Amino acid sequence: MLTIKNLHAEIEGKKILNGINLQINAGEVHAIMGPNGGGKSTLAHVLAGREGYEVTEGSVTYMGKDLLGLSVDERAREGIFQAFQYPIEIPGVSTANFLKHTINAVRKHQQKKELSAKEMIAFIKKMAKMVEMEDDFLSRSLNQGFSGGEKKRNEILQMAVLEPKLAVLDETDSGLDIDALKIVANGVNQLRRKDNAFIVITHYQRLLDYIIPDFVHVLYNGQIVKSGDKNLALKLEEKGYDWIKEEALAII
Amino acid sequence: MSKEASTTTLEDYTKCDYKYGFTSNIDTELIPKGLNEDIIRLISSKKDEPQWLLDWRLKAFRHWEKMTEPKWPNVKYPPINYQDIIYYAAPKKKNILNSLDEADPELLKTFEKLGISIGEQKRLTGVAVDIVIDSVSVITTFKEALSKLGIIFCSFGDAVKEHPELVKKYMGMVVPSTDNFYAALNSAVFTDGSFCFIPKGVRCPMELSTYFRINAEGSGQFERTLIVAEAGSYVSYLEGCTAPMRDENQLHAAVVELIALDDAQIKYSTIQNWYPGDKDGKGGIYNFVTKRGLCAGVRSKISWTQVETGSAITWKYPSCILKGDYSTGEFYSVAVTNNLQQADTGTKMWHIGKNTSSTIISKGISAGRSNNSYRGLVKVGKNAENAKNFSQCDSLLMGDKCGANTFPYLEIDNETAQIEHEATTSKVGEDQLYYCMQRGLKQEDAINLIVNGYCKDVFKELPMEFAVEAQKLLAVSLEGSVG
Repeated sequence: MLTIKNLHAEIEGKKILNGINLQINAGEVHAIMGPNGGGKSTLAHVLAGREGYEVTEGSVTYMGKDLLGLSVDERAREGIFQAFQYPIEIPGVSTANFLKHTINAVRKHQQKKELSAKEMIAFIKKMAKMVEMEDDFLSRSLNQGFSGGEKKRNEILQMAVLEPKLAVLDETDSGLDIDALKIVANGVNQLRRKDNAFIVITHYQRLLDYIIPDFVHVLYNGQIVKSGDKNLALKLEEKGYDWIKEEALAII
Repeated sequence: MSKEASTTTLEDYTKCDYKYGFTSNIDTELIPKGLNEDIIRLISSKKDEPQWLLDWRLKAFRHWEKMTEPKWPNVKYPPINYQDIIYYAAPKKKNILNSLDEADPELLKTFEKLGISIGEQKRLTGVAVDIVIDSVSVITTFKEALSKLGIIFCSFGDAVKEHPELVKKYMGMVVPSTDNFYAALNSAVFTDGSFCFIPKGVRCPMELSTYFRINAEGSGQFERTLIVAEAGSYVSYLEGCTAPMRDENQLHAAVVELIALDDAQIKYSTIQNWYPGDKDGKGGIYNFVTKRGLCAGVRSKISWTQVETGSAITWKYPSCILKGDYSTGEFYSVAVTNNLQQADTGTKMWHIGKNTSSTIISKGISAGRSNNSYRGLVKVGKNAENAKNFSQCDSLLMGDKCGANTFPYLEIDNETAQIEHEATTSKVGEDQLYYCMQRGLKQEDAINLIVNGYCKDVFKELPMEFAVEAQKLLAVSLEGSVG
């Protein structure tokens, strides 16, 4: 599904990613961990196509296409979804209205049938139930006055209704209490299918108690310095990152 | 998104084209340029007016000659030569039309291009329309159906002939002929406009609407609208306007007076889309308008809702005089400026009666190199016990070459008043755009969604049909589609 080769990227001339290689197949969940400043969020933004994140070297192939040649909105319509670390507020635009516009934009592009007003409401309500969001959230302005947990659940709701092929969750667990964390994880688990994949970026192992990853990668200094299965996350939880930093330095 | 990149795209996005800029080849009668007592007499005689109205005009003109143009608005323009304007221009076929078949085909084509159907289609949607081209009203629909309810809806000229006692009683009651420079000019040379009278206890069953169109070159448009709602009546009135694209600046100086008696309600909605000039600021309408409503009776209510996207310069403050006890004034405004447009607009809420309340919601949107100012006055008289006002003035900037200002004035002479004022200035955030686009929306759709959300509090006050039109207009003004 996604092949990242020797990816280098910088922001305002500052190098952040220094040669990332990663292969993601349909049906897999990859966790990306690592200390602050290692390049985790940058990777999420580069995959989503945010301007200002300049790719200087390397390639990213997504579903056989050159991902880097597509604009942000084209990538989104092609099935790439980024769950934001800090979801954005849009005053005056109800959550339901926002979802309606985005759902049909994506469906139209993917040559799926656009939903009628009635089908739309039924579909959105069904998905909202999954992330335990009350219907009255849908009539409120998007993310405005939402608590941290509500915003994150709203991200999962958007992910659920847009049915992406590749979802990148950028520290979705940060700032969540254990109940909210469970709701978010439960949402993700229900959406796992054979034909989609997830990249879960997180600082903490605890999210991975609920979303069991197939692979865990450690991103440090803009490179993946260690990969393993879910046990790697447990080891990191126990021992911290210092041993990995030392290993990385030893290689250099 | 890097700052530079986003500014460029926003700029590209906000380069706009005006889709009503055509000229119609209608046979037009013009009088010579210039302004003096003879011209006023000529206008008055062309309109076959009674002596009292000519006297009223001349009095206004003599006063106007002693006045100077206001210099306080936050707008810049070269001096206007008032002798270089044609003050009367009329489509030649001016017999009263019995049916649409008799209308000039070119005129009908014009309406079609403007998207106004005065025929069957409009009947279905239930909007009565008065259409003013240049200086005269050319047609009013639904006149008969309305007259069965005692509602008078006709051109101002017809009202002078058919209902002189009403015109005499109410004209100038809210905006005296000496009120300000442009109102005095209008009083001297006004040509036509709409007149509405809703009798006691009648709820007008359809929207009344006037469509203004400047067509002739070198002319100005000076119309007057007078709406009187008797005790317990209700009316919703809509106003729309467009003009051809010309390199010259054309002057539009209108006067609108609203009078609401006991328990009466007037809802006045405007979609102002005069030609704004080109991308370099050449041409466009100078829109210098005086609009004021008088809540004369107890529990009367006047609401102004305006969506201002047009004109090179807008100078306009739809206001309410809250004289009746428990009366209510409302002002909801979206003002969009793009390219080199300038707007200085807002409202005055003058609380005189007891227990009066007013609401002001103003949303300014500036793009290009435009300048957009909100100017508002809330005045509470010394006998206006328990006056309440809520004001919210928001400015939205698109790009970094435009300007937004807020000038709120308060004059409070009664300490029981409760006044609340909120103001914000924001930018269409790169974060917001990125968020919407990451969800699959194209940039232009994302901007529309964000800006429409920002204007929601005003759009929801518009009649349904107009709200849809306003959203489309907003998209066109900001997007640069040729339509």
